Amino acid sequence: MTLTIAASLEKWINSFVDWLSQFTGVFNAISDGISSIANVFQWIFDLLPAWLFIVLVLGTTYFSKRHEKKYGLLTFELLGLLYIWVIGYWRDMTQTLTLVLTSCLIVYIIGIPLGIWMAKSNAVQLIVRPILDFMQTMPAFVYLIPAVAFFGIGTVPGAIASIIFAMPPTVRMTNLGIRQVPTDLVEAADSYGANGWQKLIKVQLPLARSTIMAGVSQSLMLALSMVVIASMIGTLGLGTQVYFAVGRNNAGAGFTAGLAIVILAIIIDRMSNTLQKKK
Amino acid sequence: MSVEIEVKNVTKIFGKQISKAKKMASQEASKEEILAKTGATVGVDQASFKINRGELFVIMGLSGSGKSTMLRMINQLIPVTSGQILVEGKDLTKLGKKELIEFRREKMSMVFQNFALLPHYTILDNVAFGLELQGIEKNERLKKAKKALKIVGLSGYGTQYPSQLSGGMQQRVGLARALASNTQILLMDEAFSALDPLNRKEMQDELLKIQSDLNKTIVFISHDLNEALKLGDHIMIMRNGMVVQTGTPEEILTNPANDYVEKFIEEVDRTRVLTASNVMINPATVNIEKSGPRTALREMQANNTSSIYVVDNQRHFIGWADASDVSNLIRKGSKDLKSVLMRNVPVAHPDTPLNELLSEVSTTQIPLAVLDEDSHLKGIIVRGAVLAALAGDEVE
Ligand SMILES: Nc1ncnc2c1ncn2[C@@H]1O[C@H](COP(=O)(O)OP(=O)(O)OP(=O)(O)O)[C@@H](O)[C@H]1O
Ligand SMILES: [Mg+2]
Repeated sequence: MTLTIAASLEKWINSFVDWLSQFTGVFNAISDGISSIANVFQWIFDLLPAWLFIVLVLGTTYFSKRHEKKYGLLTFELLGLLYIWVIGYWRDMTQTLTLVLTSCLIVYIIGIPLGIWMAKSNAVQLIVRPILDFMQTMPAFVYLIPAVAFFGIGTVPGAIASIIFAMPPTVRMTNLGIRQVPTDLVEAADSYGANGWQKLIKVQLPLARSTIMAGVSQSLMLALSMVVIASMIGTLGLGTQVYFAVGRNNAGAGFTAGLAIVILAIIIDRMSNTLQKKK
Repeated sequence: MSVEIEVKNVTKIFGKQISKAKKMASQEASKEEILAKTGATVGVDQASFKINRGELFVIMGLSGSGKSTMLRMINQLIPVTSGQILVEGKDLTKLGKKELIEFRREKMSMVFQNFALLPHYTILDNVAFGLELQGIEKNERLKKAKKALKIVGLSGYGTQYPSQLSGGMQQRVGLARALASNTQILLMDEAFSALDPLNRKEMQDELLKIQSDLNKTIVFISHDLNEALKLGDHIMIMRNGMVVQTGTPEEILTNPANDYVEKFIEEVDRTRVLTASNVMINPATVNIEKSGPRTALREMQANNTSSIYVVDNQRHFIGWADASDVSNLIRKGSKDLKSVLMRNVPVAHPDTPLNELLSEVSTTQIPLAVLDEDSHLKGIIVRGAVLAALAGDEVE
């Protein structure tokens, strides 16, 4: 009995995937879109000498956190980035960064408007919420299979899997942030004759800003956490080094590359935090 | 007086099974019964009333009686379930989305209990918010906002943020925002409830001044009978979504429609504690045994009154004379004040409780004469003083 159900679900999904594969045109368009965004990022990073990159990171930290204790973080950033450079993982690091930034850009472009729509309509919330739950709880590996089926191997399927995995926090927190805006402020806007757009731009988004930014940085972290998994389908980057090390049973190499990921994660996290706090 | 707002048989039901609940409500079922049978909450139940242009109309009632719901239907923040809301003859319930936005911008402003100022806007930008939504150019709207801020006495605070101001000041900003839009109608939902007593009294006085200066039509929700008595030209009392009584403060105090209103009024214990002697003032008097009409007229001019109380050497009350009668007398060359005296004026004893004076004060144009056992004139009571005292103003 259970076997038949599992078997038919499997069959059903497989035939659904088969059915989807007739839309190669659409997938090619998506694939082209994603890879051109990724190419732009990678082109910038390749153009940027490592020292200039380090200076930019330190400068951003220095100026956006002016009035707080920041020398610890500055030191960390300097040493961390030097470490990545010295051990020869610089290009891998920028490839990882490209994957993360590309995925997140798309997550925000889709996720924030979707969250707004969800906040404005209970019906949309009712439909979208379980889908988000599903996206977040399904093991990330599973996304690799259709991603490979439709987009082959390389950066694009990695980005697709990251986008699916990293999308929920942005949507959720945008929805939450807008719904949490105090009713009397929304009423005030309505009672003075705000139209929907004015209400959104002048009242709801500014007041939801810090909640939305929290979702944005969570998505960033989730996208970063996909790098090792994405490397299994040929997305290049620091993850690739970890994946190879695991394959060769080389704990030292794995740890070296893993440490680079940790450093990158901390820097991204702190920098997105400073964006949040900026008044 | 022209009617500004007319509410016709308006019902609001929240929840599901609305048509069933509405039918029950029209068959006089109680709010509890309807909730139990249908799960729907009756917010407002067949309310009808009129508000005149330029008056301050107070809605009162216990928590949950439907005051806020009623107020929010007047600017359609809450759509009605049935009935009509006519403002200047136009039925708001029939307006399309665009027309409604237009209408809100031009006709009504709202002041909120918890101020509802935008935390990311400066005070000046908050005041200009209504104008900004109307698309008025920046310099012009800031000019208007400055003017409104001046009216509420906060000129110097334009560049600060709401969180930097005290509650009382924030509510002034809320009021300034409403004034800046220059709409005829102000809707105020317990606008002063969050303020401490001192600030509250100041704001009440300010509101009365604004209303008399600018002739706004104000709908004001209050929990507090004293506040309602002080502010209201008319007071409407609601219970369980229904209108129980609408009338002038005097009518409500002297002639409560039912037990509920009476109980509500009993809260004003002051009527039992305060007596005539607490609210009487010194009248302009003239001694008939010493002086004639000319002195009487001069005395009235000096005191800036249009009537005078006439007494004898021992300050026994003799009568009351009106300025126009006295000047007629002078023109005729007569010296005898007695011929124009009115002896039959309403009187009270210094110990008469205020509530017993209310009906008397409200039916006569002549101030009450307060006389002791031996008919000595102790003072007079003007109509405003009684209401002011009931409303909790300082009495010496
Ligand atoms: N959005 C809503 N959904 C369901 N029921 C509501 C809603 N708003 C108000 N009600 C109900 O309608 C009734 C009237 O509420 P309303 O807020 O108008 O009372 P109120 O007189 O303003 O009370 P308060 O003095 O506490 O502000 C209450 O029973 C309330 O529970
Ligand atoms: Mg209320």
